[in-house]
Amino acid sequence: MKEEMSLIVRTITKLIYGFILVYGFYVIVHGHITPGGGFQGGAIVASAFALLIVAYGNQGVKKYLKKDIFSLIESTGLVLFIAFAFFGLGATFFYNFLANSGGLFGNPAVIGVNPGDLNTGGTVPIMNFAVGLEVLAALAVIILTMSAGSEITREKEN
Amino acid sequence: MKKSIFGIALIFFVAFMIMAAFGMRPFGEPVVSEMDDYYIQNAQAETGANNVVTTIVFDYRGFDTLGEATVLFTAVLGITALFREVVK
Repeated sequence: MKEEMSLIVRTITKLIYGFILVYGFYVIVHGHITPGGGFQGGAIVASAFALLIVAYGNQGVKKYLKKDIFSLIESTGLVLFIAFAFFGLGATFFYNFLANSGGLFGNPAVIGVNPGDLNTGGTVPIMNFAVGLEVLAALAVIILTMSAGSEITREKEN
Repeated sequence: MKKSIFGIALIFFVAFMIMAAFGMRPFGEPVVSEMDDYYIQNAQAETGANNVVTTIVFDYRGFDTLGEATVLFTAVLGITALFREVVK
């Protein structure tokens, strides 16, 4: 049974999935400056994976999207998030110890309306990145697992 | 019998909802706004990030985000457990 969709869908997918990935990572990385953040950007990146799976079928993407690797990325994101929450334990749990420190992500923000600086925000961009990794990997694992499961069910029914 | 009980309950529910809708305060004018004013005045200076919504989600209310991440992790855990390969 053929899993993949028509040639038109596959060609358009090939054209646009890279742009969706780049836009998702842009939303994650610029979460502390522009609207968006880890959850939203992760969902956008996972939508690119969902598009690939819908267009090419579970067999077609098996070689490139591996469930074990996504599982590892998800755990890494969550551990990074909790670790940076614990690093602030000198003051309190979830204390923003990097903000306005002058080092990594430590530039003080200009007060008022301004275009923004990527090197600001303290732990906020790091947490954004961690949560983005966690969300994109979690949604990818869910989509991959469910597509594989539906394929097994279809094989049994036929 | 059962249907009439449901009907009376529905009438009460709708009546309470309409009463609550009439008693609602005007939109955009919170009764207690000290917290909002504090965030708007100080979030940029304290965290150094321009996006105040993200600073609330990831800094001031970090515990909430931790819970959300845990919920997502638990969902993945449940789905992988449900779709696992059973070897007989």
